[in-house]
Amino acid sequence: MSLLKAEDIAVHFGGVKAVDGVSFEVEAGEVFAIIGPNGAGKSTIFNLISRIYPLTKGRIWFDGQEITGLRAHQIAPLGIARTFQNIELFDHSTVLQNLLMGRHTHRRTNFLQDILFLPKVRREEHLHRHRVEEVIEFLELEAYRNKMIAGLPYGVRKVVEIGRALALGPKLILLDEPASGLSVEESQEVAFWIEDMRREMGLTVLMVEHDMGLVTAVADRVLAVANGRPLAQGTPAEVQADPEVQAAYLGTTAEAAA
Amino acid sequence: MELLQLLFGGVANGCIYGLVALGFVLIYKASEGVNFAQGDMMMLGAFIALGFGNADQMGWPFFLAVPAAMACMFGVGWGIERVFVRRIFGQPQFALVILTIALGFVLRFVAGSIWGYTPLVLETPFSGVNFYFGGVVLGAADLVTILVTAVLTLLLWAFFAFTRVGLAAQAASQNQMAAYIVGVPVMRLNGLIWGLSGVVATVAGVLYATKGAIDPNIGLLGIKAFAAAVIGGMGSLPGALLGGLLIGIVEPLAGRYAPGEFAQMSPYIIMLVVLVTRPGGLFSQIQMKKV
Repeated sequence: MSLLKAEDIAVHFGGVKAVDGVSFEVEAGEVFAIIGPNGAGKSTIFNLISRIYPLTKGRIWFDGQEITGLRAHQIAPLGIARTFQNIELFDHSTVLQNLLMGRHTHRRTNFLQDILFLPKVRREEHLHRHRVEEVIEFLELEAYRNKMIAGLPYGVRKVVEIGRALALGPKLILLDEPASGLSVEESQEVAFWIEDMRREMGLTVLMVEHDMGLVTAVADRVLAVANGRPLAQGTPAEVQADPEVQAAYLGTTAEAAA
Repeated sequence: MELLQLLFGGVANGCIYGLVALGFVLIYKASEGVNFAQGDMMMLGAFIALGFGNADQMGWPFFLAVPAAMACMFGVGWGIERVFVRRIFGQPQFALVILTIALGFVLRFVAGSIWGYTPLVLETPFSGVNFYFGGVVLGAADLVTILVTAVLTLLLWAFFAFTRVGLAAQAASQNQMAAYIVGVPVMRLNGLIWGLSGVVATVAGVLYATKGAIDPNIGLLGIKAFAAAVIGGMGSLPGALLGGLLIGIVEPLAGRYAPGEFAQMSPYIIMLVVLVTRPGGLFSQIQMKKV
């Protein structure tokens, strides 16, 4: 039984078929990458899994449970965390506060207990702080702990967003272009983190990525999409060798050059 | 002595402006727009309390009538979000402005058709009670106003700073998408915030009514409170309260020491000065909205 299963999913905006007839399964513990040219529908697939867009067709299962009909806020408690291509953080809060917000679904205390700051609240707070400190250490964010997001450089904000996703303690993490806009060194660091997430934290990683170097380095399997349709699926080498995939990439390169 | 007397009355009035301004800010944070019915929610809250409490109406004890009115107005605020505001979610801000202006008219009409348009007096245990303190007259109503405002502000602060729900509301006001992704039910929270702003409006309305008669048009006070919220920097709760206090204090002083109609204009003059010198308000938290 795979951890995540998308069956013939589709979303149409008016006449535009942003995603159409895409199926894939992500096994527990693997790193699965979705690649494709710009506008291929990669992030849209993420938004379907996150339940931000309603599906026009198809079904999605996670961990044996169908999530097709769930709301966006019901996804995190199941153990799915994600990052966004354009970074969605709480900009007027500190790094620490952002990461603590990632623990939201794990807070069990109620309103009155919170106001009175009962021992139970204190114990829970310790636990969350401890978990968040582990993430800070893992991603080497110590220097930024109490800095406001709004003043941080792009690369750091990207890492903070990964941190917030990890703080949630997920089973599956969706990374939307984790290396985009990063330097070569930063991008290599991301590759190491993804390896560690899988090996040390036992996470399953589903990522959308342009950087074929990163994909080849970390992904077990790859799904290539173009114009919302699936092109090929297999190991990074297999997918890169696929003539249709090559045509889609060369095609867009040619268009971009023209 | 006269100055102290003016200041005391000004602070008490300012508390009411501040509370209505708090309502503006709450909703601005939740729905990213201005609720121009905030003043009318205050009016309705006061009338509902009067309906429960006054002897010729339902005649409940004052300290039962007010919480009951607060509960009712929580429902009204929550219902407005659920039935109207949620449907225009994602529309331009202007839609919410028009919607709430219309709602304000409806609320005024509802109150007018139930309680009439002649001014009514809310019966309170402390109307007409005065304390004398070194030549300054301290009205019990004013003292209660200041005290209640202080307590309510503290409670709201604790709610947003410490509770799971309050923190989630803060998160949602900073970034709805990010809030969804960490598991915050943003829509449900918005309903709660509208309800909360109904409660705050009711408290403001009851405090207003302790000082004099009320009629369905007292909601126009909301315009002054809006100026207070703008002065404080639309997104800031302490800013709203301080904006209210500032207006409350300046008004009577201008009335006493400045010529003619200056007192009437003073809130808006302050607002203009603040907008020109600090466009984000005194406690600027507003950033350019991302497109």
